[in-house]
Amino acid sequence: MKVSNHTRRQFLRAAAGVTTGAAAKAAASGSAHDRLVMGFIYNGPKNDLGYNQSHADGRFALKGIPYVEALEESNVPETVAVEESMRDMIHQDGARVILATSYGFLDPFVLRVAREYPTVQFFHCGGGYRDGVDPKNVGIYFGFIDEVEFLAGMTAGLMTGTGHMGFVAAKPIPQVLRNINSFMLGARSVNPKVSMRVVFTGDWVLPVREAEASSSLADQGVDVLTGHTGSPRVIVQIAERRGIFATGYQFNQSVLAPHGFLTGAEWAWGGVYKRYAEMIHDGKSVMNGSIPRRMSGTLKDDFCRLSPFGPAVTPAIRDAIAHARVRLLDGSLQVYQGPLRDNTGRVVVPAGKVVKIEDPALDGMDWLLEGIQGQAKG
Amino acid sequence: MKAVSLADITVSPAGNKTVPQRRLRLPGLESVVIPVGALLASMIVFAIFCMLAGANPIGVYASIYKAGFGSWYSWQNSLLRAAPLMLCGLCTVLPARAGVLTVGNEGAFIVGGLAATAAGLATQAAPAAIMLTIMAVTGGLAGGVWIAFAAALQHYRGVNAVISSLLLNYLGLALLLQLVEGPMHDPGSLNFPASYAIPETHHLGVIPGTRVHVGLVFGAIACLLAWFLLERTVWGMNAKITGGNARVAALVGLPLGRIILLAAFLGGACAGLAGMVEVAAVHGRASQSINAGYGYVGILVAFLARQSPLRVIWVSVLVGAMVASGGILQRAHDLPDATVAVLEGIVFVMILASESLYGRIPLFQRVVDAG
Repeated sequence: MKVSNHTRRQFLRAAAGVTTGAAAKAAASGSAHDRLVMGFIYNGPKNDLGYNQSHADGRFALKGIPYVEALEESNVPETVAVEESMRDMIHQDGARVILATSYGFLDPFVLRVAREYPTVQFFHCGGGYRDGVDPKNVGIYFGFIDEVEFLAGMTAGLMTGTGHMGFVAAKPIPQVLRNINSFMLGARSVNPKVSMRVVFTGDWVLPVREAEASSSLADQGVDVLTGHTGSPRVIVQIAERRGIFATGYQFNQSVLAPHGFLTGAEWAWGGVYKRYAEMIHDGKSVMNGSIPRRMSGTLKDDFCRLSPFGPAVTPAIRDAIAHARVRLLDGSLQVYQGPLRDNTGRVVVPAGKVVKIEDPALDGMDWLLEGIQGQAKG
Repeated sequence: MKAVSLADITVSPAGNKTVPQRRLRLPGLESVVIPVGALLASMIVFAIFCMLAGANPIGVYASIYKAGFGSWYSWQNSLLRAAPLMLCGLCTVLPARAGVLTVGNEGAFIVGGLAATAAGLATQAAPAAIMLTIMAVTGGLAGGVWIAFAAALQHYRGVNAVISSLLLNYLGLALLLQLVEGPMHDPGSLNFPASYAIPETHHLGVIPGTRVHVGLVFGAIACLLAWFLLERTVWGMNAKITGGNARVAALVGLPLGRIILLAAFLGGACAGLAGMVEVAAVHGRASQSINAGYGYVGILVAFLARQSPLRVIWVSVLVGAMVASGGILQRAHDLPDATVAVLEGIVFVMILASESLYGRIPLFQRVVDAG
């Protein structure tokens, strides 16, 4: 018994040595070096047809890269839970890169875990990095989607019959106000008489309140609905049910409104994640500066895109949008082109002045454009 | 002598028409077999769910064990998540023992965190120990008053406390959002409205040698104190009589209102303290993130523990481990993120259903002649 056991083990060892010896060794060391485990963490469900799905879709785009293993966890609360998820990914699965996609993940959670694991790279979507204070292995990526909202607004402005549009938004924070204003600027650029009413629901995911707000806007005669919440799926659904138009946000929501969906502003994180994967595979790191601390982009850099047009959008309008898109890309058309007044009459961009969308002056936006009914301050 | 006969009445199952007589059940066995049976039944149902979702249930259970208790590393993960659950569980347990069922744990947690933040910001010039003490007291007070209010509505005005405390949760959340976006708003937190931060030097620390914050110690001590209060003091006896049969309690002259309000206050204070710990040990400030759902899981913990403070301790660790395994179920088994919620839900329903079995299984009802 004992003898046979011994010989079997010896035989296996010998066989392994003979048949695969050097090759196996090379493969093992190769895969250990080449295999890049990236851990994605979302705050909400990955099939929300909204913000979280836009990131999950970005992760999915990594499928074709052989050396990447992309893990994901969704519905991770912004508390010790996200710290533990990051630690588990690093500790149990050997993740060398963490992509924390929710705003509330950064401070203090990503910062704390980044200090614990200085050789792991952490990338956070949209946060603020304090140079000299925050750990060096943290990078930030974010996109400017104002131009795409502008194009969606143009489409809405050309399609509206009543001249009244509705916008259901989560909170009056700068990021949301930018989208409301750039959407309105787009609409106004083609339809000077258009008006828009904004309703703030107070939080990112409140489907019931979003539905109520959408219905009441429809009752008031708006014939285009859009929104900025975690996922505007309910807003688009209500619009379809009420027989009016909708434009989407965050992700492509066209499946929800086969008749009334016009277009939408959606994120395109796949390209961003591929770039990170390639750079890290090439040995670059955010610690030594070979990966930029802040990676941001616009329509031109494919950080965001316009959703495919719905059936209601006529060829003439599609051409007009395509033309405007080209002008936005070459810089001859600007989103924030003065003179602009807010809805209290204050001049926010003086005549003759252009504020580029990357301009930090827009980071603290606290106004709503004239023609918008609503209050920018809670 | 009077007290003994009262206790006999309270433990006899509702609707039982038999004349109270001296009899001995096999009580220890019943209170072990039924919950364990309910847990086993839930595991079987959950296994079916896993198979439907395309995962091997044995592998899933192995992963849950590994992620919850597989190593000291995983133990810390479970304990970290158990810490707020102990305090939130007590928020339902204490009033329930006095006969008031509340589910306002989440709201009490939030207002506790908010009040503690405000108190911390007001006293941040003081040494850390003093500031943290003030924060804890304020947080506890706020949570206590919050739940006591729901209990008072029921006791004095006949408003069902389950409903009122549930609605108070939404009120608490609205208050949180309103304050961190309004009066307490730090203008620096542009796209993520939050209050000003308490100084980092004044944070509540971790238990030495671990990554688990001291909230776990608070939780365990609170459970032990609650047990002592309920089982070893006259007040606890009175509270249990009130909870068992309020009419009898009134008949023997117990101050019902005071007992109920104090029990509710103490329960709420525990959840409020959990909110304080969440701010002082985890976030360092108030934001919408402190609404992380611990309060709701606390209700589950209280029912799993059958409203016993000592059982809250280990049930919290068990549920903490369950929650801690959520990640690996997604990463290793490709199960949906709601899987842990499904498991929690199945366990909750099974435990609730099993409540109806107490006193109904003949084996445990065998009367042993004690005379």
